[in-house]
Amino acid sequence: MTQTTRFRNPELVKNIAEKIKEVAPKKSKVKMCHVCGTHEWTITHFGLRSLLPENVEVIAGPGCPVCIVPAAEIDEAVQLSKKDIVVTCFGDVLRVPGSEFSLLEAKAEGADVRVVYSVSDAVEMAKQEPNKEFVFHAVGFETTAPITAVEALGDLPKNFSFLVSHRLIPPAMELLLGLGDLEISGFIAPGHVSAIIGLKPYELFARVYRMPTVVAGFEPVDVMMGIYMILKQVHENTARLENEYSRVVKPEGNIKAQELMTQAFKVTAGNWRGIGRLPDSALQLRPTLVQFDAREKFDVRVEQGKDILLGCECHLVVIGKIKPSECPMFLKGCTPAKPIGACMVSSEGTCRVWAKNVAVQT
Amino acid sequence: MCLAIPAKVIGLDGTKAHVDFGQGVLRDVNISLVNVKVGQYVLVHAGYAIQVLEEEEALETLSIWKDVLAAGE
Repeated sequence: MTQTTRFRNPELVKNIAEKIKEVAPKKSKVKMCHVCGTHEWTITHFGLRSLLPENVEVIAGPGCPVCIVPAAEIDEAVQLSKKDIVVTCFGDVLRVPGSEFSLLEAKAEGADVRVVYSVSDAVEMAKQEPNKEFVFHAVGFETTAPITAVEALGDLPKNFSFLVSHRLIPPAMELLLGLGDLEISGFIAPGHVSAIIGLKPYELFARVYRMPTVVAGFEPVDVMMGIYMILKQVHENTARLENEYSRVVKPEGNIKAQELMTQAFKVTAGNWRGIGRLPDSALQLRPTLVQFDAREKFDVRVEQGKDILLGCECHLVVIGKIKPSECPMFLKGCTPAKPIGACMVSSEGTCRVWAKNVAVQT
Repeated sequence: MCLAIPAKVIGLDGTKAHVDFGQGVLRDVNISLVNVKVGQYVLVHAGYAIQVLEEEEALETLSIWKDVLAAGE
């Protein structure tokens, strides 16, 4: 569509790149972090890093909701699938390693695991096959959680329940700031999470942590402009919260979606693969919806799983501490065809994005 | 996974909208999370419209960026 084309205008991108060179510090390094797999895709796919001065670095934080689902929660899904329950999930979730098995491996052993495009497709299947139990493994950040909320609060059949693995982005951003050695000078905040939550949850990053924070969209012009806006703040020695993506992100966010999320979920502590337990970072169905909580309904709960396999460095990739190419297994033992770590599984995992666009990363 | 694709609303039916992703791709999406009219663009994520795209705002943004870039620092 025309809007997309306009925000991919190469001339405009080149102009922004020139402006970035003007405003970037001449020698000292500036490192900024995004927390969205789609941002990493845009940056890598369009080769935007090659347009930046050498001392300006953009790193990828924990922006892939599939990559940070702990093995224990995949184990729960696998256990459910072994109880003659149909487990439905997004395609990206299928190959995420559990402690021993992925859902794909469970499927290979005979479990009924089905990929759906939308949770509503899973609900429809459950209605059509009332003699079977259906579980949807609900993975995703704030962009996806309201969709689960709509279905959970809607007209669900009795044979349907959720295995909720939703996580919230702002607590992960706060964690990155606690890792002093990352030396981040700015945040590119995720546009589609922000379309739901609005600007307010990011205010503390600028105000308390003095971190320039820019909500950006996903076309090359958006991302380059986001980088420019952060560099300009660094240049002016200031820290503000700015919104580059105003065509989608309203300051208040999507209030309808926020209300439905609050009705359906309570916020709780949650484990993140390779990161650990973060307070107030996960969603759990409210007690009024307990009949749709697969963990309660089928008494499945795995407390501890094997998150990181020997040699895999996903836990460092996911917080931006190393680049995928610095992991000894990247494109050696671990490839898109045969992924070892979660970051190579999802189409939004940093390793997967780099592997698919390896030529432009050198 | 937070990928969301813009699509034009070409018909409404209760909580569903018939949308056009361009190049002939048509699909029904759920519009429970937005208030939308025929002719507007929505951002679609996993079968749901999650926000209405503001066409005017988009044009204004582009013109502002061009001004910013032209004005120098």
